[in-house]
Amino acid sequence: MQYPSARLGTSGAVVQRCLDEGRPAYVGYFPVGYPNLDDSLRAMQAIVAGGAGRGADLVEIGIPYSDPLMDGLVIQRAAARAREAGTRTRDVFRAAETVAAAGAMPLTMTYWNLIEAYGVDAFCRDFASAGGGGVITPDLPADDCPEWIEATERHGIDRIFLVAPSSTDERLAMTMRASRGWVYATSVMGVTGARDHTSDAAPVIVERARAADPTIPVGIGLGVSNGEQAAEIGAYADLVIVGSALIRALEADSFDDGLRALSRLSGEIAAGVERSRR
Amino acid sequence: MTDPDAKGHFGKFGGKFVPEALQAALLELEAAFADAQADPLFRDELAALQRDYSGRPTPITRAGNLSRHAGNAQIFLKREDLNHTGAHKINNVLGQALLAKRMGKRRVIAETGAGQHGVATATAAALLGLDCRVYMGEVDTERQALNVARMQLLGAEVVAVAAGSRTLKDAMNEAMRDWVTTVDHTHYLIGTVGGPHPFPYLVRELQRVISTESRAQMLERHGGLPTHVVACVGGGSNAIGQFFDFIPDEDVALIGIEAGGDGVETGRHAATIGAGRVGVLHGARTFVLQDEDGQTIESHSISAGLDYPGVGPEHAWLAATGRATYESVTDQEAMDAFRLLSRSEGIIPAIESAHAIAGALRLGRLLAEEDPSAQPRILVCLSGRGDKDTQTAFDWFGLDGKPDKTVGA
Repeated sequence: MQYPSARLGTSGAVVQRCLDEGRPAYVGYFPVGYPNLDDSLRAMQAIVAGGAGRGADLVEIGIPYSDPLMDGLVIQRAAARAREAGTRTRDVFRAAETVAAAGAMPLTMTYWNLIEAYGVDAFCRDFASAGGGGVITPDLPADDCPEWIEATERHGIDRIFLVAPSSTDERLAMTMRASRGWVYATSVMGVTGARDHTSDAAPVIVERARAADPTIPVGIGLGVSNGEQAAEIGAYADLVIVGSALIRALEADSFDDGLRALSRLSGEIAAGVERSRR
Repeated sequence: MTDPDAKGHFGKFGGKFVPEALQAALLELEAAFADAQADPLFRDELAALQRDYSGRPTPITRAGNLSRHAGNAQIFLKREDLNHTGAHKINNVLGQALLAKRMGKRRVIAETGAGQHGVATATAAALLGLDCRVYMGEVDTERQALNVARMQLLGAEVVAVAAGSRTLKDAMNEAMRDWVTTVDHTHYLIGTVGGPHPFPYLVRELQRVISTESRAQMLERHGGLPTHVVACVGGGSNAIGQFFDFIPDEDVALIGIEAGGDGVETGRHAATIGAGRVGVLHGARTFVLQDEDGQTIESHSISAGLDYPGVGPEHAWLAATGRATYESVTDQEAMDAFRLLSRSEGIIPAIESAHAIAGALRLGRLLAEEDPSAQPRILVCLSGRGDKDTQTAFDWFGLDGKPDKTVGA
């Protein structure tokens, strides 16, 4: 699969390189500041390092928010803990530098009000200068954000919007047209969280998205929790996105034990993605 | 401009800041409501329910005794407290529940703070045979246990939300999460003029009956239009309903009263328009109580129904354009008005509504100072009755439920 480079931006170019190797890209999500800033940076390094030389290609840095209505319990709790630890919006820039230094492409996932409060243009400027490639905005409608489109164009930041199984064909086409880098497809109707089985809706939404606009990569998120599922989804999606399962992996007797479990899981997911070689 | 544009904006406010998974449902709802509004059968069915089930039209009571405390003003009360279930909330709920059935949904969910909207939703669900789940912040389930029991008696399931500040805003988050998962068969019955488009518009249209009725009642029976219209504002549904038909009457001042809690200067309040900044919360751009980073700040009010850190986008727009003005009264002022109305008129108001009473009293006195010859006519929305607030009143006034004395022993 070869996507036109104009649609790929910086984060999509990373995806294209993975596709050129014959495999999808692996995106790991982690909230900055959980359980505190320094440990969250170590966790992101572990997600990138993975195991057996394989880890995440891109890291989606979550910014904790008081009202995360797209998130399930695992991410809600992590976000609450991060806020208690004093996490600020600006910490995402330090996390982006850490991820970039570890050798992966930094992305961020944030609720819109945080960007608006920081200043739309200032956020893009500062994220770009920290090495950030793209911003995932789960509650920003792609057809009602002229200021965002302008700022992301100015600073070369990819705009990653979401599509869902319920999206109408019209909205699918509109959302994909407004995106740059890649498009985030939610595999189920629901909130974030690991699930035991991959969704039947996942291949359908990828297929519908490609039919609507074949010129930009499509990633699948929500409910992916292990290497097996990553391999399964990687067989048809351009990116495999894992979040809650990584946070859960950290829950251990000691942080260092958790960190080892996190590296191991990240390596296992990376291996799963590798197995889905097409 | 009185209606939102195609994307749901009132000026720069409003919009649909929710996950893509819900966008299709919002479009469906918008189309279904437009269709229903154009259908005489739907309008007749709703009107019949309002008349024969809820008890509309609600009267206007001229509050002669209370007016003695309001300078030279005469105060008129629009008696939404006389509705079935005791508040204006039923106006919205009957309309949305009928709409849910029309859309083929078999389940409704709702968020509630004080429990009034939850009780109204449970009531309509019982009447129309819909499954009903109500999300309520854990803190609110504790301070409004009576309403939890009422909802359960009506057959609804009540779910306490232990996340975040465990109040109304968190109940709303949880209801949104439920809706994302169940949108194929569930209608989210939002209780206020907040949330993503079309809710602010839809709820306003259903609450508008308050001003449609009261404007005609003032003209026909009370000697003409009021000079001022006053209503309390949390999310703002009774206020928008009470204001709306008066918006074209430029000589009628519209005044919203927000909850000042311990006093706006203390930081412990719910005066969103008075002390918030423009941001995005629960799907709409509006005034939000937020910190420097845009994190929502917890609101504080003695009234659970006003204890919300956002406000409906149409109010934000009315404030920005200057067509309506917004002030706040403290817990203390509201509770003083609560007692005064009870003792002077024999009407125990909801504490929410007591905020509007307090605002009207202050306004009347201020107008008398400014112009002693003026004869202001202040119409106040008495949005609900105070039975639900008995426990709060017990605590506030130090009552203990014991008789004043015993005789015959």
